[in-house]
Parts: sequence; C-alpha cells; structure tokens
Amino acid sequence: MSPFPSFLSATFRILISIVITMIGLLLITFFIGRVMPIDPVLSIVGESASRATYDEAYIRLGLDKPLIVQFFNFLIDVFRGDFGESLLTARPVSQDLIRVFPATLELATVGTIIGVLVGVPLGVIAAVKQGTWFDHVARVVALIGYSMPVFWIGLIGLLVFYGILGWVGGPGRLDIFYVDMIPSVTGMILIDSLLAGDMDIFWNAVSHIMLPAGLLAYYSLAYISRMTRSFMLEQLEQEYITTARVKGLSEHTVVWRHALGNVKVQLVTVIALSYAGLLEGSVLTETIFSWPGIGLYITTALLSADMNAVLGGTIVVGLVFVCLNILADLLYKVFDPRAR
Amino acid sequence: MTHNSETAQNQHNQSLHSWLLSETPTSRRQAKLSVIYHSWLAFKSNPMAMAGLVILVLLLICAAFAPFLTTHDPFEQDLALGLSAPGENGFWLGSDNLGRDIYSRLIYGSRITLYIVTLVAVMAPIAGLFIGTLAGYLGGWLDFVLMRITDIFLAFPRLILALAFVSVLGAGIENAVLAIVLTAWPPYARIARAETLTIRNADFISAVKLQGAGPLRIIVRHIWPLCISSLVIRVTLDMAGIILTAAGLGFLGLGAQPPSPEWGAMISAGRKFILYHWWVATMPGLAIFVVSLAFNLLGDGLRDVLDPKGKS
Amino acid sequence: MEPILEVENLEISFPTRAGVFEAVRDISFSLGRERLGIVGESGSGKSLTGRSILRLIKPPGILSATKIALHGENLLDFTEKQMRNVRGHRISMVMQDPKFSLNPVMTIGSQIIEAYRLHSKASKKQALKATLEMLDAVMIRDPERVIRAYPHEMSGGMGQRIMIAMMLIPRPEILIADEPTSALDVTVQKEVLEIMDKLVHERGMGLIFISHDLNLVSSFCDRVLIMYGGRIVETCRADRLYEAKHPYTRGLLNSMPHLDNPKTRLEVLKRDDDWANQPSVSGALLMDDTL
Repeated sequence: MSPFPSFLSATFRILISIVITMIGLLLITFFIGRVMPIDPVLSIVGESASRATYDEAYIRLGLDKPLIVQFFNFLIDVFRGDFGESLLTARPVSQDLIRVFPATLELATVGTIIGVLVGVPLGVIAAVKQGTWFDHVARVVALIGYSMPVFWIGLIGLLVFYGILGWVGGPGRLDIFYVDMIPSVTGMILIDSLLAGDMDIFWNAVSHIMLPAGLLAYYSLAYISRMTRSFMLEQLEQEYITTARVKGLSEHTVVWRHALGNVKVQLVTVIALSYAGLLEGSVLTETIFSWPGIGLYITTALLSADMNAVLGGTIVVGLVFVCLNILADLLYKVFDPRAR
Repeated sequence: MTHNSETAQNQHNQSLHSWLLSETPTSRRQAKLSVIYHSWLAFKSNPMAMAGLVILVLLLICAAFAPFLTTHDPFEQDLALGLSAPGENGFWLGSDNLGRDIYSRLIYGSRITLYIVTLVAVMAPIAGLFIGTLAGYLGGWLDFVLMRITDIFLAFPRLILALAFVSVLGAGIENAVLAIVLTAWPPYARIARAETLTIRNADFISAVKLQGAGPLRIIVRHIWPLCISSLVIRVTLDMAGIILTAAGLGFLGLGAQPPSPEWGAMISAGRKFILYHWWVATMPGLAIFVVSLAFNLLGDGLRDVLDPKGKS
Repeated sequence: MEPILEVENLEISFPTRAGVFEAVRDISFSLGRERLGIVGESGSGKSLTGRSILRLIKPPGILSATKIALHGENLLDFTEKQMRNVRGHRISMVMQDPKFSLNPVMTIGSQIIEAYRLHSKASKKQALKATLEMLDAVMIRDPERVIRAYPHEMSGGMGQRIMIAMMLIPRPEILIADEPTSALDVTVQKEVLEIMDKLVHERGMGLIFISHDLNLVSSFCDRVLIMYGGRIVETCRADRLYEAKHPYTRGLLNSMPHLDNPKTRLEVLKRDDDWANQPSVSGALLMDDTL
C-alpha cells in the first residue's frame, strides 16, 4: 500500500520518503533540544549566567517566537551546517564534527572490514555444516558477542593486551610523540600516513586501532555470521543448487559461487546495517579507548551539559544512519538483477 | 514419604505424561496443554536454552533473597580494607576502592537490573502494541503518520537517541528506563501492525463487528491477544540488548547514580583501577555478561521452539 | 540393444520418528539408446529414482542398490570426485521449473559456459562459440542477447530450452528429464519436447523421461515403467500401453477421456493396498524390446 499517487515515479517516491525521514529526524532532535528541557536557555548558558546573558540568549535562540517558527529557523540553521557553538571547545560545533568524524569512520570501517572477512565465511561454513560441532561453536561465538558489554570487554582487552602483554598500542590513535607529525588529508591516520609515506606512523596507528577495531569487528561478525547462516540455509534448499550439482560442479563451487552469489544480495543490507551499528557502538568504545571520534565527542559534551554539541553530534550520526540505509537499498539494486 | 506412595506418585506422573502426549486429545484443554507440553519437551532438549533458564531463575533468587545471600552491607565503607583482592579480608570477590564488598553489591545490583529490564520489557511492547494495532486496524492516514514516525525512530541510532533523551531528562534510573522505552518501541509497533493486517479481515472479526463491537473493543479484546506470542519472542530476544543499553547508560554516569550498586556504574567506578586492581571492574562486567548471555540463550531456544521459521 | 545404464535393487529410504520410510523399494531397470518413460503419481518415487542415478539424494535420505552401472562401471563404487565427472559430463538432468532451476543472479551465458568448460579444456572464446551454437540448436533467437540476460528475463519455454542447452552442451550420453514440461504453458510444451527429442535422437542418447502424464509418455517414449508406492508395478512398450494388464495402469487408462470412445462419466481410480506390497517388476531391457 503506497500513500503516494501512482503517477509519481519510484525514484521520486523514494526521494520523498527520504526527505520525510530526514525532517522527522530533525524534528525529534529539535524536540529533545528545545522543547523537552524545562529551560533550554539554562541548559545552554549554564546556571551561573547573569540575567543579561540569559535574556540575550533567550532572544538569540528565538524562544520568544512560536514553536513552528523556531523549528523552521532550526531547519535553516541545520541546512547551513550551523549547529551553534560548543561550550566546551568554544568553536562552532560543525568544525568540531568535521575534525572528529574521520576518526570514527576509520574505526568503524576497519571493524566492518574485519567483521565481514571473518563473519561471512563463518556463517557460510556453519550453514554447510548445520548441526555439527562447528555450527554449535559458531552459534556460541555469536551469542557471546551479543551478550558482552562493549565497554567492559574493552577494559579487559586493554588490561590483557596492553597492560599485561604489551602487544598493542594503548588508548588514543597514536603514541603521543607521533601525534600531529603528518598532514591531515583525509583525517584517517591509516590513509594519511600512507600518503605521507611514513611507515612508522602507519604501523603505530595499526597497533592502536587493532584492539578497538577488533572488538567492534567481533560485534559485527556475531550479527553478520548469524544472518549469513540463515540466508545460506535458505538458498541451499533451492532448486538451482541441485542444477549446479547436476552439472558436476564441486561442492566448493556450489556453495561459494552459486549459493553465496545469491546470499550476497541480502547480505548487502545486513552489512550496511552492521556498519551503522558500529558507528553507534563507537560511542562506548571510543570512551574506553580515548579515541577522539564522534562518540567520545558526544559523551564528553553530555557530561558537561554542552547541548549544542550533543544535538549536532546526534543529528550527524542520525543522518549517516539514514544515508547508510539508502545506500543499502541502492546497492541491493546493483547486486540483484531482478530488482533493476 | 513412604515407599508405596512414591510408586503411586510415579504411576501418576507416568499417566500424566502419556495423557499430555496423546495423539488423540479428548478435550480442547487437553489439546492445548499437549501443545504446551510438546513445546516444553522440545525446549528441555535444548541444553543451552535450559542453561539460560537456570541462570535466570538463579538471578531471580538472588534478587529476592539478597539480604540472606550477602555477606556484607552493600553500602558499608571501610577505607582501610579498600581494594582487597578476591578472597582477602573476607571479601569473596574482593572490595572496591571504598572498601565495599563487591559480591554483596553484585547481589543487590541484580535487583536494579531486574527492575530496569522488567519496566522496559513491559512498557515498550505495550506502547508498540498500542501504536501498531491502532495503525494496522484503522489504516488510512493515521497508519501512514504512525508508521512514518516509527520509521523515523527506527532510523535513529538507539543508544545515541537514548543518550540525548537522558541528557535533557537528567540522569537517573527512571529516566534511563524512559529513554530506553522511547527508543525500543518501534520494532514492536512494526510486528503488531503486521499481525493486525493479517487478522483485520478475518471472518471472526467481521462476526464481532456484526454484533456491534466498536474498534476499541475489537482491538483490545480480539486483536491484542493474537499479537502477544510474537511480541513475547521478540521481547525475550531484546532483553539482553536492554540490559546492555542500561548498563551502558550506567557506565556513562547517566543511569543509576552512586552509591547505587548498579553493575554498569560499578564498572565505570572500577575503570580507574583496571591495570592494578582488575577485579573491581571485571566482576560486575562478568555479571552483566552472564545475565545477558542467559537471556540470549533463552531467547534463541524459545524462538527455535515457538517460531521454527525464524520469522521474528 | 546394449544397455547403457543398469540399475539393480535400488532402494531409497528416509528415517523418520515413526520408523524408516521406504520411498523407493527394490526396483531394477535398464536403459539403452531409447526413450524410457517413468510414470507415476506424486510420491510414487519416480523423481527420487531419477536423482539416485546421479547419486544426488539429499541427506537424511539413504540410497542403496546392488549396482547402478554405466557401461558396466558401478557408480556406487565411484568416489565423489569421480562422480562429479559423471554428472553433467555423462549423465545430465533437466528439472521441472526453469524459474527455480536456473541461478537468478548469474547471466545465462555464464551458467552455460560454466557447464561446458567444466568438462572440456576449451578456452573462453571456444566456450562462447559453443554456447552460441547450442542456444541456436535449441531454437533461441538472438543468442548474443540471451547470453547476457538473466533468467528472470526469459519466458518459461525459453528458460526450459536454455536449461536443455546447458545440460546437453557437455555432450552427455544420458539425459534425465524430470517433469520437464509440467511447469510450462500448454502451448510451448510441445515445442520444448520436440527440441529435446530431436537433440537426443541426433546425438544417440538415452533419455529417461519422468512424468505423471500417461498420455504424454505413451506418445513420446519407446518404453514405459509404471511406478506406484515406490515400486515398478508394470513395464511395457509405449505403443502397447493399451494392452497393459496391471489394475493400476488399467485404472489410470480408464480414468482418461478418449475421443474415439466417449463416455458420459469417467471412471474413478480404485486403489488396492495390495499394489504397494507386491514385489517390483523388472524394468530391464528385453530382447523383444528391440525397436
């Protein structure tokens, strides 16, 4: 059932629904930031502000105007990339976000890559060996992943691999004496150090990202391997699998080319969702590993009641979420010839 | 109990067993009980799900009998005995920096965990059920608006949304619960709506309508009962997530406030000492892990029994 | 006529909670360069019989036989690797519905080329040429376009012809056709059958044609096995089917309308539990089967 008139093209309908979701997202943040606090001015200027500062902020926030006008002004600000100024850093929130976002992106990307590289084969093998000990172990591995508090296992990881064994770099993205040694091009140190041709920094960055990214990867592989397994079980029952066997193909080709080829279509959505999930999971992970990304930025801002920074960060993460969902839809069409 | 009555008891069990397994039930009650019994047998044969159930029963016992199971007052401080290792000075699992017994705090903490989980597991599905059935049954523009709102909430990262809510509502257990509920209802609304759409046009609903029942009565008396089972499976699977989110909020200092022995907050307090006094943060983390693993095992087993195709 | 394939004492069983279910019970038959029809209702074990020749019975199904011999070589003694060289290369199979039996995310060309190159050392270029020729042989117009297309873009009739092309391109000696036209429109059924018949005839292959359609089988095949309840209850030459003696076959024949002998009411098949309990009839080639 579509609420849109049928003369609109499919693309246009998708576009409208994206716009509605985005506006809804901004509406929720607007409510959280401006309507729900008993006194939004206080939450911005702080308890100790003078009467004059208070009044000035009241007018500046447009709180004397009707809500709908306030929301409209809020929308305009957001579209101009203006999230206000951060109390904590005394800089525009948008600048802060541009600075911290690449760190999160780097962490989540490395995590997702490891998660896919391990999770997909794990799920495929578990499906092929359904009911064997391998399948049971894979299930337990995934359930453990679903059950561990990320902030706790991060601490334990730091204790064991950094504190006791010394195998990995500690908190942060680099050892302190390497920080700011190379020009920031993409903001992702792994790439920037390669661009600068500095392998020392590259390997130092690897040693720092390994543990947090490995943890996030565990969470994503738990989800990806379970989904892969159930998709595979469904595909292996299909008639074209019999066809492939009749042709005389090896079991390896049947599973990895024919069945997985079809599962790929469904996996795209799962991987996009898990990528989005890692961006979210980074909030707690970054706190543990002092990783200067958007998660750490939001939580630090939260604890010092820096509302502009919290809302700006929330909006950006929300928009990235929506974009990833859209991307998943588009990729689905690329991988599935039937959806083109 | 004498030997004779034991045998009688045994025979009685035997006949109850066969009565429940009968292929040709003689009454609706027997048929219904038989279905439940079959599910129970299937569930019982899954060792991992049973392990989950046992752990959760133990958790309930801990929460109920906390005063009898603990060795110390969970709030009593003794700075001289601070940071004792497990087993030292009569602290089974060690003590924290203020000399409080970690074991006793964990036992009392189970009450907080259960409190949060129960509140969320009751409120979120009911909110979702209400919105989903209303949208599904009444349809039209109301359906459109409600489902768009659901989509928007679904599009939002849950933890971040919860963080934002707590940040304006203020820190504390009740606000943490409220924030989790506000982010947890959309999937339930989706499920309830889907179920409603399949039931809405059934003959028995038309029959009730002909008898003059209004929409509210139909939704509450006839549609809600049929949505319950799929919601229950989903809730069980979500429990672990709820625990982890609550603990995460506690860890960030946005949930339960000190000196409350909430597990997430305890990890946060032990974080400073992790390198030299590992047990302070490790023990509460283990507790969270074991309980959420138990919920996951239980949910996984329940789904296998009640929903073999894995629809939810 | 020399038999290409001999099957002796084939049994297929499935363990269930209520004991072992025997889906195919002790049947023997052989196949020469002929068109052998296997007719039966659903559940009679005819499809399983077809798949068992390729040793493609999915677990928990259990296959046992004294022998399944291809030119005297017992396939049951083959390793899985040797078996893979038999599948597609020497014995192949066309299945019921091309909508499900073709891989939806691979192009038609790559699926056919895959089948061809698996059993020959042809280069990609040669394989492409062979594929185009093969598509031409199954009367596909514009094969250059079709090899780049995906299965969902094809009609049912085209899909089944593509399936035939894919299964025949490695030049097998035996083709098993498992209800190859049941899922197709009546209008294209005949066309597909003619193409298959022509190719099988030209290449001197043996064909096992599995169907529930007695009329179709009797007009299309040389010899017919009639299966009921996992057994072969009767075997005869297709042109002498009307002389069949077994009550099941007679019942089936009588329950079909005939133009030359119209009845106001068709007979209903009356079943006899005994049919399923009698021993199988041998479906081996006999001297007088020489055509």
